[in-house]
Amino acid sequence: MNQFEIQDLRATIAGQEIIRGLSLTVPKGEVHAIMGPNGSGKSTLAKVIAGHPDYTVTNGAVLMDGENILELAPDERARKGIFLAFQYPSEIPGVTIANFLRAAVQARLPDGEELEATDYYAELYEKMDLLEMDRSFTSRSVNEGFSGGEKKRNEILQMAMLEPKYAVLDETDSGLDIDALKVVANGVNSLRGPNLGVLLITHYQRLLDYIVPDHVHVMVQGRIVRSGDKSLAFELEEKGYDWVRDEVAEPAVA
Amino acid sequence: MVTDATTETSPLGIERNVGNFAYPETHVHDAGTGLTEMTVHYISNIKNDPDWVREFRLNALRTFLSKPMPTHWASKDLEAIVFDNIRYYLSSGTQAKRSWEDVPEDVKRTFERLGIPEQERKFLAGVEAQFDSEAVYSNIKKAVGEQGVIFVGSAEGLKDYPEIFRKWFGKVIPTGDNKFSALNSAVFSGGSFIYVPPGVKVKHPLQAYFRINAENFGQFERTLIICDEGSELTYMEGCTAPKFNTATLHSAVVELVALKGAKIQYITVQNWSANVFNLVTKRGLAHEDAEVKWIDCNIGSRLTMKYPGVVMKGRRARGEVLSIALASDGQHQDTGAKMVHAADETTSNIISKSISIGKGRATYRGLVHIPKHLKNCKNNTECDALLINANSRTDTYPAITVRGTGNAVQHEASVSQVSAEQIFYMQQRGLTEAQAVSLSVNGFVNDLVRQFPMEYSVELKRLIELEMEGSVG
Repeated sequence: MNQFEIQDLRATIAGQEIIRGLSLTVPKGEVHAIMGPNGSGKSTLAKVIAGHPDYTVTNGAVLMDGENILELAPDERARKGIFLAFQYPSEIPGVTIANFLRAAVQARLPDGEELEATDYYAELYEKMDLLEMDRSFTSRSVNEGFSGGEKKRNEILQMAMLEPKYAVLDETDSGLDIDALKVVANGVNSLRGPNLGVLLITHYQRLLDYIVPDHVHVMVQGRIVRSGDKSLAFELEEKGYDWVRDEVAEPAVA
Repeated sequence: MVTDATTETSPLGIERNVGNFAYPETHVHDAGTGLTEMTVHYISNIKNDPDWVREFRLNALRTFLSKPMPTHWASKDLEAIVFDNIRYYLSSGTQAKRSWEDVPEDVKRTFERLGIPEQERKFLAGVEAQFDSEAVYSNIKKAVGEQGVIFVGSAEGLKDYPEIFRKWFGKVIPTGDNKFSALNSAVFSGGSFIYVPPGVKVKHPLQAYFRINAENFGQFERTLIICDEGSELTYMEGCTAPKFNTATLHSAVVELVALKGAKIQYITVQNWSANVFNLVTKRGLAHEDAEVKWIDCNIGSRLTMKYPGVVMKGRRARGEVLSIALASDGQHQDTGAKMVHAADETTSNIISKSISIGKGRATYRGLVHIPKHLKNCKNNTECDALLINANSRTDTYPAITVRGTGNAVQHEASVSQVSAEQIFYMQQRGLTEAQAVSLSVNGFVNDLVRQFPMEYSVELKRLIELEMEGSVG
């Protein structure tokens, strides 16, 4: 039961089906990459897992350690251990990263228990050191005026602080130059371990040079069409997505 | 420095619904319903007014009756006030007690539930607690009294300190300023009279707490604060009332006088229940090098109309209004500021933030007046509005008249919205929808709240959180 399991998931937005019978299992401790062309539904999958209200699930289940989370509100899912690193994180004007994270950590404590400020800051600074972040960073308003790299690093910092059981990283490499990419990848790698399952969503193979996945899945038109080890990523890089797209056509007819 | 309301306890203990309780009425003095000359005589008799005060009241009544309701520019909701149904004076005595021990049991329990005696012990230099028409408790710390600071009720002030009282009473806000200042002038009762001698800097705030317990009632306190040359004072007021189905009226007049080089900071947390019409006139007079600062937060009431003002009468005088208004369903916060520059090199600053939720409505009205003959005057005005949910409404009516060429004004306004994506992002980090909205709102007011005294900013953030929990989800 120590796994994140998506069973025959179908989801729509405004009546249009985007996820079309997708199944996938990520055991805890593993990193799985989902690759796919633009428009294949990768980001939709991330949002459906997190419970975005714009999407309607019409079929299937998403099980976290055996529990179906689809009936839960987004914040309940988050507190149970689902984390989504957003492709486009929102700005929260006037709210510092330190206060935002503190509220998020506090939200995970039992009722009536108060977060100890000194413990919190000790942990925050430890995680920031790990991610090579300047301490002044946390006194800035969340994502306000951040560069692409700063936004993504902020997402990884939050992930480090909230210690999820399963994390979905949506296009975490987009908009990053190679140096920023390395920093973010180092951050993710340092969080890898037996207590975390990661679903890494990416369009390019490049990220997988730095975060080496245990498994690679290829997503086309709302379904997983191929799964394999990391060599599948190289194959994709070489042959392009047309190669899998052509393959999809066959089983669809059969 | 990191500030965070979510893990702080509330020192002021004011919560949105904490005031929603009432004890049975046990008033000895009741002027009955409706307002006539007889009502005014009744109040004057009970209070044993000097003749000049009785005359002042009767004149004010005539002014009140002759003035139309300001519905040609203000909300039509004002017409829902039925003056004949209101009781204008209710009390069980006119003498405020110096010790909580002497305050009647029910009344004492009321203020204990609101946390007033506790705050007094913790961080206040003095407290006055008003219950319906009269102060039931009034006390000042010995050390502060020994500095010559006077802190008493308005009735005591006008009788015991007539030479200072009469000099300024009704001078900053004349009876005929508006219909409601006239109403207050006719039936005023309670409120504070404060005098701070030259050079005395009162370290801790003085506080007044206004409590309405009775139904169909109007509270008309009158506050006059005079800070003599080079003195400093912070005054805080809070208020609550139980929620009744009928309209309650609160119509105060507050006059501040800052003599040469004096500084007055006046802080309001308005947390009336949603059936209260809150129609208040507040104005300060700043002499040379003096400073009057209003920090005005309106969270409660059905309709609030309040535009704290500063008349900068002496050179280099400064006026400031920092205000936050929160309008939930069924509420209209019609607030703003008036800055009247009447000397060279005077500066004023207005920062107004409003939050409208659901069908709540927030209106900003500002007046900045700099006449032609003045030089080197400055005004800065910023108004920002935040909308939560599509139905909410915000209006801005700035009126800035600046004549002459040696003066500078700056005006900025913005309207923003808490977006669904922003809420989802925060929920994904584990915050409930209400917590997420509340954090967004706190972020919106944060730069302003940082300028408030500590106890007060923590309290305000807490109050906003509670309000969000009630209105979201």
